[in-house]
Amino acid sequence: MLCCVKEKIGEAVLPGDLLAFEIQKSENKREKLICGPGLRRDGEDVFVCKSGILRHKEPNLYWIDLQQRRYVPAKGESVIGIVTAKSGDVFKVDVGGSEQASLSYLAFEGATKRNRPNVQVGDLVYAQFIIANKDMEPELVCIDSCGRANGMGVFGAGGLLFKVSLGLVRKLLSPQSEIVKDLEKIFPFEMVIGLNGRIWVKAKTTQQTLIVANILESCENMTTEQRRSIFGRVSENVL
Amino acid sequence: MMQVTQSGSFQHAAVLREFGCEHSLLSRPDGSASFVQGDTTVLAGVYGPAEVMVSKESFDRATLEVTLKPKVGMPGVAERSKEQCIRQTCEAALLTRLHPRTSITLSLQTVHDDGALLACCLNAACMALMDAGLPMHCLFCGVCCAIDQQGTIKLDPTAREEKESRAVMTFALDSTDCRVMMSSTKGSYTAAELQQCIAVCQRASESIFQFYRDSVSRRYCKA
Repeated sequence: MLCCVKEKIGEAVLPGDLLAFEIQKSENKREKLICGPGLRRDGEDVFVCKSGILRHKEPNLYWIDLQQRRYVPAKGESVIGIVTAKSGDVFKVDVGGSEQASLSYLAFEGATKRNRPNVQVGDLVYAQFIIANKDMEPELVCIDSCGRANGMGVFGAGGLLFKVSLGLVRKLLSPQSEIVKDLEKIFPFEMVIGLNGRIWVKAKTTQQTLIVANILESCENMTTEQRRSIFGRVSENVL
Repeated sequence: MMQVTQSGSFQHAAVLREFGCEHSLLSRPDGSASFVQGDTTVLAGVYGPAEVMVSKESFDRATLEVTLKPKVGMPGVAERSKEQCIRQTCEAALLTRLHPRTSITLSLQTVHDDGALLACCLNAACMALMDAGLPMHCLFCGVCCAIDQQGTIKLDPTAREEKESRAVMTFALDSTDCRVMMSSTKGSYTAAELQQCIAVCQRASESIFQFYRDSVSRRYCKA
């Protein structure tokens, strides 16, 4: 179905829909259009390949906002991985994708050939993808481009790791997240959010940790009012 | 006049049976859906793109596996043949080249069979693949029709009507041009009757695609 893109912004679109963009032919310069996740180019046309809501950001970025549970590695994303094996100079890390990612032991802050990082099988690592495409095995690093850890590395003594949907994780990581602001008011806790749908939380006691984990897991399907009422009830019981 | 009830079912002018669907009803699979056509109900679950065994992996595309379980008993030859029909349709619709060396598993469970089972399986499979967020270049739907002894074409037959008819045909149609992607026929019919059945099914598929669109809008606007 061919449809004008301006009408469809904010509406649900289905795979197979063709999007028509208005191109201003009066100006000579070429217009650049950025197609985000869910949109594909086929020759001259742009078509939708996943069902969801079409979003637009000025000036020329379009993408499909969808609720997905399975993570597909993408370059530059920070994820929580579980170390599954140590083979030679690399660690094999499970990130929840279709294959395990590799993490070199030199990709930690201050690591040299003599000074190996203290990483055991079963540890949690917060790392960033440096290579992630469909043709190659994904690779992770725990340092940024300047060589500093910047919050990445092994973590997780105590605490609880659980899995949520990718949409909820993006909502939590957005700059003005209301869920995080409401949660901060209940009691203090530590939280690490991975873009692969994994969240790790740690509060002062085990019971508080479990309460935070349960609230986050149930946040996915609640509207704002339902969430506020549940948070209100929890803070009354805790105090 | 079309009526849309709370559960999302349609009533289409007494041609297709009343149909409805439910999204994301299972918690473990990456995508799941159930499709109801009259009394025929099929539940579908999709896992993927996930790890694949080295013996089955394909270097340039995703490997799609389909399993169909009947309501009672072990899966037999009839289920295997339906699985192949569904697998070929899904492979044509999915963009498998975007996920090489992975596996996509589609599990279908027959909850109740009252005719048009393959068509219902195709519809449930399409909704589950959409729910899992797998990239597709078109949608597909399944429509079943039967030719009875007098030669009249009956759309979406029940199990009793299928038994009494002389030919039963199921077509998978794509959403972009309503062309036939897969056909599975049983019985005796002429070439002219085949063309008539295809035309009837193409007209009926429009209401199914409109239903897909409405149910996806309802799902995303609610969230």
